[in-house]
Amino acid sequence: MKLRLKLRSLPTHVVLWLAAAFIVVPLLYAVLGGFKNTGQLSVNALGLPDPWVPENYTDILASGSFYQQLLNSVIIGVLTTVLIVGLSALAAFAFARFAFRGREFLFTLFAIGLMFPFAVAILPLFILLKTFGLLDNTWGVILPQAAFGLPLTIIILRTFFRGISKEVEEAATIDGCSAFGFFWRVLLPMARPALATVSVLAIVASWNNFFLPLVVLNDPNTWTLPLGVQQFQGEYLSDTAKILAYVVVSMVPALLFYGVAERQLVSGLTAGSTKG
Amino acid sequence: MVETMTGPDTRPAPTGKTPTRGRSSRRRGRGFLTAILFILPALVLFLVLVVAPIVIAAYLSLFKWNGIGPPTNFIGLDNFTRMFAATIFTGDLQHMVILIGLSLLVQLPISLGLAVLLNQKIRGRAFYRLLFFAPYIISEAITAVLFSAIFSPEDGLANKILEAVGVDGGWTWLSEPETALWTVFLVITWKYFGFHMIIYLAGLQGIPKELTEAARIDGADGWRVFRHITVPLLGPTIRISVFLSVIGAVQLFDLVYILTGGGPSHSSETFAVSMYDYGFRRTQFGYASAFSMVMFLLSLVFALGYQRWVLRRDLEGASTAMGDSR
Repeated sequence: MKLRLKLRSLPTHVVLWLAAAFIVVPLLYAVLGGFKNTGQLSVNALGLPDPWVPENYTDILASGSFYQQLLNSVIIGVLTTVLIVGLSALAAFAFARFAFRGREFLFTLFAIGLMFPFAVAILPLFILLKTFGLLDNTWGVILPQAAFGLPLTIIILRTFFRGISKEVEEAATIDGCSAFGFFWRVLLPMARPALATVSVLAIVASWNNFFLPLVVLNDPNTWTLPLGVQQFQGEYLSDTAKILAYVVVSMVPALLFYGVAERQLVSGLTAGSTKG
Repeated sequence: MVETMTGPDTRPAPTGKTPTRGRSSRRRGRGFLTAILFILPALVLFLVLVVAPIVIAAYLSLFKWNGIGPPTNFIGLDNFTRMFAATIFTGDLQHMVILIGLSLLVQLPISLGLAVLLNQKIRGRAFYRLLFFAPYIISEAITAVLFSAIFSPEDGLANKILEAVGVDGGWTWLSEPETALWTVFLVITWKYFGFHMIIYLAGLQGIPKELTEAARIDGADGWRVFRHITVPLLGPTIRISVFLSVIGAVQLFDLVYILTGGGPSHSSETFAVSMYDYGFRRTQFGYASAFSMVMFLLSLVFALGYQRWVLRRDLEGASTAMGDSR
C-alpha cells in the first residue's frame, strides 16, 4: 500500500526535482566556482574545486568596497522604507477614514501612479536630480524610490485601515483621542502586521533597484550592491571565478533576509491577487 | 476635529475608473483640512518625483535637445516619426511581443503546473516552495551577472552541461542574434517562475477541497478537474499574473542591459535599453524621451484597458502585487 502510494507520486517528484535542479545548479555553480581559479573553471566546470581556492572570497571580504556597498544598500533601503511607510500611512489614513472633496480623484491619481514604470521617468529624474544637486548622493536614490513606492503602499494600507471597525474609532473618540491621536495610538499599533508587510516589500524593491543607482551614482563610494556587482563584472571581465565569488557574497544578505521575512513577502505579494 | 472622521467607508475601492462624483464631493468643514494635511507630504513627493518627470518626458519628446542649456529646438512630432521608421523601434516592439508570448505560453503554464503539484500533500512541499521562490529575492542585476558567466559560449556552465549529457555544446546563447532573446527569456523564467507559482498557490488554497473531491467522485479525471474546476476558479489569479508579466515585459531593463546590452546587433533590445542608449550614451534627450513615451503609453493603455475589460470586478487592490514583478 505504502509503496503503491510512493510510486504514484513518483512523476510528481521527478518534475519537482528537475525544477529544483534548474534553480539550484546555477547557484551551486556560483558558490563552487568562487572557490576555483579561472583555469579550473574552464577545465572543471561541473566538479568540485580541486584544490579549493578561498582567495576569491577572502579578497572580497578583506577589501572595503564590499562593506561600503552593503552599507550603502542598507542605508538607502532603510531610509526609503521609513519614508514610504510613514508618508503612505498618513495618506492611507486620510483616504480610509475621511470623506472630503477630491478624495476619489486624489486616490485615483495615486492608483494610476502604480502603472508608471521607473524607466519612463528616469531621464527627467536625472535632469531634476542634477538641478537639485542630488547626483552622487544617496538622497538622489532614496527620494525617487520613495515616491514610486507610495502608490502600492497607500493602496495596501488603505484597505487595511478600512477594515478596522467603527466601534474602535468611537471608543477612541470618547476617550478623547484627536484624529492624529487615533491614528498614532490606536490605528498604527493595530496595523503592525500590515506595516511589516509593506515594509518588506519596500525594502526588497529598494535593495534590488539597479536602474536608478546606475544613473544617479557615479562615485564608487556611493554604489549599492547591485551596481557594485555589475561594475565589478566590468572590471574583472576575464576572471570569472572572482566575479562568481562577488555574486555569491552579495546574494547572501538578501537570502538571509528572505529566510527571516519570507512570510511577510509572500503575504504582501499575494495580498490582492487572490481576491475575486 | 474628531467628529468629522467617518467610519470605514463601504464603497468598492476605485480601480482607476471615474470617481463617483455625487457622494465624494461632500465637503465637511475642517475635516477637509485635516485630511489634506495627512495626504500632503505624500502628494508633494509624488507630484514632484513621479508626475512631473512624466510630464517633462512628454514635453522633451517634442524637442531636439542634447541636455545642454534649456530645450529650445521644438520639432513637434519629428522624434516620433523618426522612431516609428527606425528598425530599432520595430525590433523593440517585436522583442516585447515575443517575450510576452513566451511568458504567457511557457512560463505561466509551468508555474501553474508546479503550483498544482505543490498544492498536494507531498513530502518536501515547504522546501520546494521556499526554493522556487528564492530567485525572486535576488536582484535582476546580480542574476544577470551570474548568468552572463553561465552562458559564456566558451567555458560557460550551460555548454559544459550540454557536453556532459552528450549534446554538442557549441551553443551561442547570448552571443548570436538568433539566440540572444531566447536566452534572456530563459533567465527571466529562472528568476520569476517561482513568483508566479507563489501567487497561484495562494489562489489554489482559496479553492475549497470539496469541489475537486466531488468532481473526482463523479468520475472526472485529474485533467478534467484541472480544466473545468481549478482553472476557472483560479481565473482572477491567472489574470493578475498575466497582467504582471505583460507590464514587466514592457519595461524590462536590468536583465537585458547587463546580459546583452540589447545586442548583438540590437537582437535583444527593449524600449528601456534603447531609451538609456539614446539618452545617457548619445545625449539625444528628446529622441530618448520618445521611447519613454511609448513605454508610458503602452503601460497606461494596457493597464487601463485590462482593468476595464478583463479584470472588471476581480480587482480591489489587485494591483497590490504589481510593485515588484518586473
